[in-house]
Amino acid sequence: MPSRRVLITGLSTYWGGRLAEALEGSDELETIIGVDSRDPTRELERTEFVRVGTQHSLLRRIVEAAEIDTVVDTRLIVDSVATSAARAHENNVIGTMNILAACGGPNSSVRKLVFKSSAHYYGCHQDDPAFFTEDMERPHPPRTPLERDILEAEAAVADFAEKNPDVSVTILRFANVLGSSVKTSHTALFDLPAVPMVLGFDPRYQFVHEDDVVGALEHVLNQSLPGVFNVAADGVLALTEVIDLLGKRIAPVLPPWGTGLAAAALRRAGVVISPEMLTQLRFGRGLDNRLLKATGFRYRYTTRETVLKLAEHMRLAPILRGAAAPYRYEREVEEFLRRSPNVRRPGRRPPERADGHGVLPERTGEAHAADRGDGSAELGGASAGYEDLEAGELAVLLGSLETDDLIALREHERTAHRRPDVLAAIDDALGRAEPAGPDEP
Amino acid sequence: MPTAGRSTLDADAAAATEAAGAGDPSRGEEAPAREPSSPASTAVARRGPDLRRHLPGLETDRRLTDWGRSERVEGLVDRTLADFLYRYWFRCEVEGIENVPATGGALLVSNHAGVLPPDAAMVAKALREEHPYARPLNIKVEHFFKGYPGLSMLLPKLGCVAAHPANVHRLLYDEEALVLVFPEGQKGTRKLYKDRYRLRRFGRGGFVASAVRAGVPIVPVCVMGAEEAAPIFAHLRLLERLTGLLYFPLTPTFPHFGLTGMAGYLPAKFRIRFLEPIELDISPDDRGAVHTAAESVRARIQENLFEMVGERDSIWLG
Repeated sequence: MPSRRVLITGLSTYWGGRLAEALEGSDELETIIGVDSRDPTRELERTEFVRVGTQHSLLRRIVEAAEIDTVVDTRLIVDSVATSAARAHENNVIGTMNILAACGGPNSSVRKLVFKSSAHYYGCHQDDPAFFTEDMERPHPPRTPLERDILEAEAAVADFAEKNPDVSVTILRFANVLGSSVKTSHTALFDLPAVPMVLGFDPRYQFVHEDDVVGALEHVLNQSLPGVFNVAADGVLALTEVIDLLGKRIAPVLPPWGTGLAAAALRRAGVVISPEMLTQLRFGRGLDNRLLKATGFRYRYTTRETVLKLAEHMRLAPILRGAAAPYRYEREVEEFLRRSPNVRRPGRRPPERADGHGVLPERTGEAHAADRGDGSAELGGASAGYEDLEAGELAVLLGSLETDDLIALREHERTAHRRPDVLAAIDDALGRAEPAGPDEP
Repeated sequence: MPTAGRSTLDADAAAATEAAGAGDPSRGEEAPAREPSSPASTAVARRGPDLRRHLPGLETDRRLTDWGRSERVEGLVDRTLADFLYRYWFRCEVEGIENVPATGGALLVSNHAGVLPPDAAMVAKALREEHPYARPLNIKVEHFFKGYPGLSMLLPKLGCVAAHPANVHRLLYDEEALVLVFPEGQKGTRKLYKDRYRLRRFGRGGFVASAVRAGVPIVPVCVMGAEEAAPIFAHLRLLERLTGLLYFPLTPTFPHFGLTGMAGYLPAKFRIRFLEPIELDISPDDRGAVHTAAESVRARIQENLFEMVGERDSIWLG
C-alpha cells in the first residue's frame, strides 16, 4: 500500500527536513505534515509544520484529524557527543514510546510506520561477524547509554509491530553517514589534519551517503516492506583506506591499552571521541546490505564513492564557507505562502487543494470554481474543513454549496472516503440544485 | 586479554574449558559453533531468499577486499617468507591437490600444530603453487586475534577471517570460496611434543554443520612436519597470564631468542596430503549425525597421518 498522508516526526532534525524536501516532489502524496519541538531548518514548500514535541495526546489528535496513514520517525539521536545522555534518553526512548502510543490503537488510521534506527544496535565487539545480517543480535549487552537507548527504542517498535499486526512496521538500521551537509563525530574526526587511530588496529568501516539515507527512507515509504533492513553502502573499507582516500595522514595516537584515558586526554585537546566510536575504531563493523537491495533499492554510491565525495567536499569547503545564508523559519511567512489565495503557484495547485482533491485528474467542476475567483477561496475553505466533518454535519452543509462545488466534493468523497450516505446526500443535493444532472457520472 | 587468561587458570585445560563453557573464546576455532550465536547460525538457515546476486560488485581501484584482505601484503609475504619456507626450509611435498575442487566453495579441514602454526601458510602456499587455478584460501582464526593489536591489522590482510559461523557461511555459500579450518583450534597448537600427531577433539563438529548448511564438500588435509618444526616442551603459565597470549611455550628457540624465536622453525620435512572430498547428506541440526561426521573426518586424517609418519625415514629429510 503506497503512502498518501504522511506524518514526519522530527521534521527539524537533519533527516526529517531532508526527507520532507524529497517527498514534496512526489505527486502520490496528498499531505505531508511535520512535527517537531523546534523550528524547521530547511525551506519547505508544501509540508505543514506543527510545533509539538512528543506528547502523545497531541500527536494522536494530529494523526486522527489528518487521517495520517504513514508515520516516519526520524528523530533518533545516534551521536552521543552532540547531546547529553539524559536528553538523548528522553528523545530516543520516551519520545519513541510516545509516538508509538499516538500511532497505535484499534481505531488508528496509521497503516505504516517507518523507524530510523542505527547500526549502533549491533555495537562493535571482538567476536562480531564480519557482516551483520538483520536477524543477528549483538554478542554482548550494550555498555554505553546511547546503545542501551537504541536497543530499548527498537524493542518498543518491535513490540508495537507485534501488537498492531495490521500496521506495516519498517525499521532501517543505518551505518555511519557521510555527506557534504551532515555533521557527525566521524566527519569531525576526518576534518582533522591527521586522523587518530588506535595503535595496532585497522578497523573495517562502512558508510552510507546522505542521499542514500533519504533514498532508502523514500523507498520504504513507496512500498510495503515490514521488517528490519540494514542500510549501508556496498563495500567495507579499512580505516587506513578511508584516510588515504581523504588525503589525510594517520595518527595512531590512541594506545591499545588504556584507550579510554588517552581519549580523555584528547578531549582536553578538543578532539572528542564518543565511547561508541572508540570501540568502532578498535573493532570496526560491517553490515550485510543485501536484504534491502533485494527489495529493489539501488544505492547511488558505494562506500568508497561516499568517502571520495566527502573528500571532494572537504577540498571545496574553505572556498564555499559562508556562501549560503542559513534558512530561518518565520511562521507568518510560511503561513502566507501556504494559505494565501494571492500566492501564485505555477504548475501546482494550492496546497489546500492538494489536501482535498487538487491532485485528482477529474476536477472539471473545481476548475470552474477556481476561475470564478472568490468562489475558489470559499471552496478551499469548505473542503479543507470538510476532512473533519461527520456525515451528519456534512449533510447540513450541502444545501449551501454551488453545483460545481458539489460535483468536486462528490468526486473527492468517491475517491477518498466512499461513505455511501454522504454520496447519496450529495447526489440528492445535486438533483435538487440542477435537475439536468451533472456532466460527470 | 581476559579471554586468554581464563582457560589457563586451570592446569587441566580440557576440564577448564568444559567448565568455562560459553564465555571462553579460547576454546579453539570451534568457539563460534557453540556460543550463544545459535540465533546467528539458525538465522543463516532461515534466510529465505537467495541473496547471492546482491553481493557487492568488485571495485577495481581498491587495494583491499571487504574482508580486509590485501593482495599487496599477501603477495609480498608470499614472494618472500612463504616462498622461502615452502621451497627451501620445509621442502613441502604435496599429494592429492586434485581433490581440491576447481570451482565452488569447499571446506578444508586440517590438523594443527606448531607454536606459530606454519601449517596454515604452507597449505595456502601449496594451493597457490600446485593447484591449476591457484585458488586463494581463507583461513579461519580465533576471535582472539581481532582484539590483539598488530595481529588484528596483519592477519586479515593475509586472508585470515575470524571464526564466526556467519563468516564461514558467507564465504562458503555466498562467495563460493575455499575456507581452511583447524577444528582442533589451539588445543592442537598447544599440545606438547610428546603428544605429536595425536589429534585432539574436533570441537563440537561445528565445521561439519557449516559445510552442510552451505552445501559444500569437506576436504580433509593432513600436514606432516609442523609438529617437529616447532615442538613445545612445556608451557610457562605465569608468563602466559602476564602477556595475555593464548599460550606461552618453551620451544627450542622461544623465549630465549625473543619474539622472533616464536617463528624460529626447525627445518623439518613437510608433507601435505589432500584427501578425497566428502559430500555429506545430513541435516545440520541433527547433532548426532554432525558429531558422527566430524568424528569420521577426524579418523580419516588421523589414519592418514599415522600412515605418512610410518612411511617417513627421517624427520628432516623425509
